[in-house]
Amino acid sequence: MTLLPETTDKKLGLVIDLDTCVGCHACVISCKGWNTENYGAPLSDQDAYGAEPVGTFLNRVHSFEVTPDETPAQLIHFPKSCLHCEDAPCVTVCPTGASYKRVEDGIVLVNEDHCIGCGLCAWACPYGAREMDGEAKVMKKCTLCVDRIYNENLPEEDRVPSCVRTCPAGARHFGDLGDPSSAVSVLVEERGGMDLMPEQGTKPVNKYLPPRLKDDISTAAPQPLAPVAAEAKGFVGWLDKMLDTV
Amino acid sequence: MHPAPSVIVFTTLSGLGFGLLFWLGIGLPAVSYLGALLYFALAFALAVGGLLASTFHLGHPERAWRAFTQWRSSWLSREGVCAVAALLVLGLHAFLLVFFGKSIAVLGFVGAALALGTVFTTAMIYTQLKTVPRWNTPITPVLFLSLSLAGGALLAGQGWAALVLLLIAGVTQIFWWLRGDRAFSDSGTDLASATGLGSIGTVRSFEPPHTGTNYLLREFVHEVGRKHAQKLRVIAGVAGFAMPAVLLVLFGFGWFAMALAALLHAGGVAASRWLFFAEAEHVVGLYYGKR
Amino acid sequence: MKDGKVAYIEGNRDHPVNQGVLCAKGSAGIMQHNAPSRLRKPLKRVGERGSGEFQEIEWDEALQIACDWLEPIRAEDPSKLAFFTGRDQSQSFTSFWAQNFGTPNYAAHGGFCSVNMAAAGIYTMGGAFWEFGQPDWERTKLFMLFGVAEDHDSNPIKMGIGKLKAAGGKIIGVNPIRTGYNAVADEWVGITPGTDGLFILALVHELLKAGKIDLDYLARYTNCPVLVNRDPASSEYGLLMRNGEGKPLVIDHKTGELAAFDAKGVRPSLSMTLEVDGITHVPVMHLLAERYLSEDYAPEAVAERCGVSADRIRAIAAELARVAFDEAFELPIAWTDFRGEEHATMQGRPVSFHSMRGISAHSNGFQTCRALHLLQILLGSVEVPGGFRFKPPYPKPVSVHPKPHCKVTPGKPLDGPHLGFVEGPEWLCLKDDGTPARIDKAFSWENPMSSHGMMHMVISNAYAGDPYKIDTLFLYMANMSWNSSMNTAGTMKMLTDKDENGDYVIPKIIYSDAYSSEMVAYADLVLPDTTYLERHDCISLLDRPICEADAAADAIRWPVVEPDRDVRGFQTVLVQLANKMGLPGFTNEDGSAKYEDYADYITNHERKPGIGPLAGFRGNGESHGRGDVNPNQIDRYIENGGFFVSHIADEAAFMKPWNATYQDWAVKMGLYDSPQPYIFDVYVETMRKFQLAAEGYGERQPPDHLRARIKEHLDPLPIWYPPFEEGLVEEDDFPLHALTQRPMAMYHSWGTQNAWLRQIHGRNPLYVPTDIWEEHRFQTGDWAKLSSAHGAITIPVAHMAALNPKTVWTWNAIGKRKGAWALDDDAPEATEGFLLNHLIHELLPAKGDGMRWANSDPITGQAAWFDLRVRIERVSAPQEAAPVFPPIKSPVGQGPADLAWKVKS
Ligand SMILES: Nc1nc2c(c(=O)[nH]1)N[C@H]1C(S)=C(S)[C@@H](COP(=O)(O)OP(=O)(O)OC[C@H]3O[C@@H](n4cnc5c(=O)[nH]c(N)nc54)[C@H](O)[C@@H]3O)O[C@H]1N2
Ligand SMILES: Nc1nc2c(c(=O)[nH]1)N[C@H]1C(S)=C(S)[C@@H](COP(=O)(O)OP(=O)(O)OC[C@H]3O[C@@H](n4cnc5c(=O)[nH]c(N)nc54)[C@H](O)[C@@H]3O)O[C@H]1N2
Ligand code: SF4
Ligand code: SF4
Ligand code: SF4
Ligand code: SF4
Ligand code: SF4
Ligand SMILES: [Mo]
Repeated sequence: MTLLPETTDKKLGLVIDLDTCVGCHACVISCKGWNTENYGAPLSDQDAYGAEPVGTFLNRVHSFEVTPDETPAQLIHFPKSCLHCEDAPCVTVCPTGASYKRVEDGIVLVNEDHCIGCGLCAWACPYGAREMDGEAKVMKKCTLCVDRIYNENLPEEDRVPSCVRTCPAGARHFGDLGDPSSAVSVLVEERGGMDLMPEQGTKPVNKYLPPRLKDDISTAAPQPLAPVAAEAKGFVGWLDKMLDTV
Repeated sequence: MHPAPSVIVFTTLSGLGFGLLFWLGIGLPAVSYLGALLYFALAFALAVGGLLASTFHLGHPERAWRAFTQWRSSWLSREGVCAVAALLVLGLHAFLLVFFGKSIAVLGFVGAALALGTVFTTAMIYTQLKTVPRWNTPITPVLFLSLSLAGGALLAGQGWAALVLLLIAGVTQIFWWLRGDRAFSDSGTDLASATGLGSIGTVRSFEPPHTGTNYLLREFVHEVGRKHAQKLRVIAGVAGFAMPAVLLVLFGFGWFAMALAALLHAGGVAASRWLFFAEAEHVVGLYYGKR
Repeated sequence: MKDGKVAYIEGNRDHPVNQGVLCAKGSAGIMQHNAPSRLRKPLKRVGERGSGEFQEIEWDEALQIACDWLEPIRAEDPSKLAFFTGRDQSQSFTSFWAQNFGTPNYAAHGGFCSVNMAAAGIYTMGGAFWEFGQPDWERTKLFMLFGVAEDHDSNPIKMGIGKLKAAGGKIIGVNPIRTGYNAVADEWVGITPGTDGLFILALVHELLKAGKIDLDYLARYTNCPVLVNRDPASSEYGLLMRNGEGKPLVIDHKTGELAAFDAKGVRPSLSMTLEVDGITHVPVMHLLAERYLSEDYAPEAVAERCGVSADRIRAIAAELARVAFDEAFELPIAWTDFRGEEHATMQGRPVSFHSMRGISAHSNGFQTCRALHLLQILLGSVEVPGGFRFKPPYPKPVSVHPKPHCKVTPGKPLDGPHLGFVEGPEWLCLKDDGTPARIDKAFSWENPMSSHGMMHMVISNAYAGDPYKIDTLFLYMANMSWNSSMNTAGTMKMLTDKDENGDYVIPKIIYSDAYSSEMVAYADLVLPDTTYLERHDCISLLDRPICEADAAADAIRWPVVEPDRDVRGFQTVLVQLANKMGLPGFTNEDGSAKYEDYADYITNHERKPGIGPLAGFRGNGESHGRGDVNPNQIDRYIENGGFFVSHIADEAAFMKPWNATYQDWAVKMGLYDSPQPYIFDVYVETMRKFQLAAEGYGERQPPDHLRARIKEHLDPLPIWYPPFEEGLVEEDDFPLHALTQRPMAMYHSWGTQNAWLRQIHGRNPLYVPTDIWEEHRFQTGDWAKLSSAHGAITIPVAHMAALNPKTVWTWNAIGKRKGAWALDDDAPEATEGFLLNHLIHELLPAKGDGMRWANSDPITGQAAWFDLRVRIERVSAPQEAAPVFPPIKSPVGQGPADLAWKVKS
């Protein structure tokens, strides 16, 4: 059903820490691996060993360069997957009801058996979070690893999205953003978590933690060190003095 | 957005088709028997052709029937419903006209409304997309409707109406273009808001997530040279509006002038439609350093 | 696993290193495992070398050919075999094979990788960065990272960075390029390449001058208090004063008496000097102060050269001092040191460092790495809580490491292990006539301390017949005709050139690869290997194990799938060859084979009684470290998830080199045979010995043309000198530095055959800093010609602001040769991808005297990849990147077009 639920019981989503992401693409590949073997059709690749390889990925890592006025330019690695928006335009545009948002946890999913592959949902998503699979011709998107997070066959601690589990830097957090006391909500609160393209009115569930202030050592550093001696001779004298104290 | 030729040709044609159906529905011209057959055949060919084409680009056309189910939320679904309804109603209308010479006005008017509704819903599919600021304006349905009505009028031999509607459509088109050129920057969406990093400094895309292409780039990122676009706009404006209007003014509303005007107009609309897609920038391009 | 096929690869949470995380390459392992480029059967060359024309043969024939080539050599002169094993993780095994064959010409890839880092660490403090140590991630508050893009221990580094950040710690990244780890660093020092030594010594200058050094630590745990002969006329000038047992001497601060450094209860003095027989002896600390307090190392003096402002250098020094001393803490752990002194606590200094090839892959890399260790040691932050910690089998003093051996006897094994750590000229690998004994000239006067060998010189030396000619070149797991070699075009020529008789100059080449790499085409005989899911591997404590700072660990891989091709694990092939030739270490007294295959070797081989490749589950399965052979050992490993861990007790977890409890544990684990406490060699006496030889002292003398070079560079205290290439080319001609970085999501050459990874890195632009970008009016999509003293390439460029203004760079090893890796000839890797290797020569431009030195560190022979200097010019976009080499014929055809990879269950 492509009408959006008024509210959802939970708002499961990801919190991505732009201060910590080193841009290693581990989450990209583990997502591809998991989702190829699990939910729906495999994420296929065309011209895999040829001149223009192109495949379906549900999570991709961009890199942006940001140049402040005073300090040196910064590089920010920027993972991006479906933000499981509260006002998900991708859902309401879908003519078939294949796209839907779950009432119980807010996950936005595609029922691949109903999808006609019209692509309109991808047009409606501002974030580029949906990709049509070249082989299966149905729309693919991040499932928030719905087949992991409730999967009783997995040990409890592994019931998190594949990308979260694999992220070596711990830059990806998973939880209920609807619950203000959850660890993810606390993190968002503390670190000023932000929405992407708030003006699009999609109300993303996923949040991004902004990079911390950088390159402020010259201003923030303590006083320069004061010399104990001018040259080597004086220094040896100082050594003598000091040694008696240690 | 990727200007897929099929989509361009067929939105153009189906626009004309439903436009013509509108005029036929309201009985202008009031045709019956053979005349009705010819007119309706042309109209249906254009409209149905367009619809069929739109199913070609579906990944799973065999499931297309599902697209009628979500009319409560989806403009695409509504378009489908409207189009089928329009075709059914006007089909019946045509049937009666062709075989019995009988015109039931209500049927015609309802059909005409549905035909316009189809054009409107088609336009709304684009209009609703905040992600494409150039489309995201009430002028888009005005443009689609005025084009469809003007084209339909030309085909329906409604000289004066065509002339007036061509003027309206032309002005709308110019207005739409001018607004469109500012739309992206006026939308408030830029790389700073897309990344949330604007408060640190100027943001630039450094390296894309993949060196090759992907679905998003193929579908949403299409770069047209400014010069090329200007040239096409001139062509679209001249062929689509100015020349047909001039033809009608100079040579009157004879069938030859009308037909020639209609052909020119269709060509102009096709060019305009190409630009409609090709110039439209999806906000996702920002992430790739494109807009 | 689904139906015997690999479906999804996930990290193992219990794994001591990865703790459940996997990098992009690890997760894409399925694509690796299923790559269409996998070799299928042994290959015999039938066309010209380099053409790629092969005939598939049976294994029996392949082994027979190899034996027919090798046996005569072994009988006549085993040194005619050069066996170099590249990215080998089984070096203790392959070197054992080579030793039993009898050739001195064996090494793996360390010489072109990061031997400077390993050697500087081990010579200075008995352990190194690389994957041999790690910051105390739990407690460190300031982490300074020099020249690292990814590194071997990449997941632990990322986890550590995450942990540190979550705890509010700070990271300072020193790197000309700001990506990856340096992108998340709180402070980025965009240093000019090759100048880190200067920058570090300026920090040392500042810290010394302010007295912000850990005097107690220096006095107790380093050779700063050890006395040095200061008489320029003495043959022992600069050597350490030692007692009869050879122990370095210090003056006891309490008594003023001379004492062995490790005597019970001694408190070594850092300041007192001593005169014996008219010769003044001063503690190392004096030399240190004299050198680094000099204004030559003042921030102002180095700022411009380093591209870092003096204020910034001061601020960083102040921050280091603040965290090391003002945020110091003590852990309430009692321990006893090697002098018998008991300590109630462990002193913590929450400053840690890590570094890799960015500072080591320069011709001044060894000294720069030493400078960094000096900085760490002055702050008292090595092996202390919050600082840098060793992972077993380190710490391990130089004296306990093997020494290199090179004595060849036809038909007999070599007289000992090939590689090791020399402690003076007497250990060099020289023939009686003084010429190098090894084909790569390792351990010769040209680079006396080349502990890892010099694989990058083998092909050119073998081609030149310098120091001698060889017959068979046997290579394993190294793409030596492409991304692992300098001077690619030249190397291909050397591999294919014929002499006046029409014979190849390098007569025979055997190569083992698992994939259709660029190197395959240059072999006469190709031994196709299995992939890592199809074979036994042993990540041994004798090699490069997977230990953590508070645990010793080793691991195995075991075949989880049967190969679907006619391939064999290379180690097993070596066992089979050894058996065919009856090599001593592989043969029982009765002439029967000791081992059937590699798994058999892993289980049953003993290096010393009770010590084998695997430390865990020995004997009846309950002894660890030392113990009898356990026939079920591999099964026990598999039951345990493939690895074995032995944790180090808390009271032994820090201060390991001096900590009696740790020393006892290490002996128990078989890391060494008796406790080996030692002090850090801030002053490396071995280097002084080489200098003395160069000054004319001692029996073994360097050739005259090398004296000045040795005197200048083998300084026993860290120095900085400009990278060699810089001195030999005109600054105006080649104003820019050119670097490569490893992409986190690509593994050297062989990531490319991976259909997923190649979508992320399918081509590589040259990144150009803003000023140069604007100066040359570059625009997106432009191309440039990049020239070095050695050659030119034509390549795509892209703009980057977060980059040192004198540096251009690209991702490493993306460029591919047409025909390799089962890719299309018009794959972007081949048409737009490129290597900087085309611009780097293994020899430097000629000096004034016409001599051409190796493009290597003069101390260790480390390949100086990052000394490259270039010039850039804008050119119109060509068809494809240049140079273009003709395609090689693929021995495996081309990969399929489409992949939809579900393993149906
Ligand atoms: N410009 C530049 N060049 C560099 C460097 C740089 O930073 N810049 N770095 C240098 C360094 S540090 C290194 S270590 C080298 C790395 O370069 P290489 O050592 O050449 O590394 P790879 O490209 O991984 O190639 C190793 C070969 O091993 C093969 N192989 C992979 N798996 C197996 C297996 O299981 N069995 C067998 N038998 N073969 C296998 C691969 O197919 C490949 O042909 O590159 C060096 N070259
Ligand atoms: N993903 C991935 N991981 C790998 C590998 C791989 O191919 N892919 N290869 C493995 C191998 S063989 C190795 S040896 C390790 C190497 O791991 P790294 O040491 O991280 O190797 P590089 O990528 O060569 O990175 C060198 C870094 O030094 C910087 N640099 C260059 N010159 C200077 C300088 O003068 N000063 C400073 N401060 N920095 C400088 C460069 O900008 C670059 O960031 O990685 C291992 N891990
Ligand atoms: S990110 Fe895109 S696909 Fe996901 S819910 Fe929001 S609009 Fe839909
Ligand atoms: S592509 Fe599928 S999910 Fe997306 S709008 Fe069309 S039918 Fe719905
Ligand atoms: S939550 Fe699952 S599907 Fe979504 S990006 Fe992460 S791994 Fe992919
Ligand atoms: S795995 Fe983590 S660190 Fe790596 S790119 Fe993804 S979010 Fe960033
Ligand atoms: S870093 Fe190497 S060992 Fe670790 S997960 Fe990646 S590929 Fe595997
Ligand atoms: Mo390496």
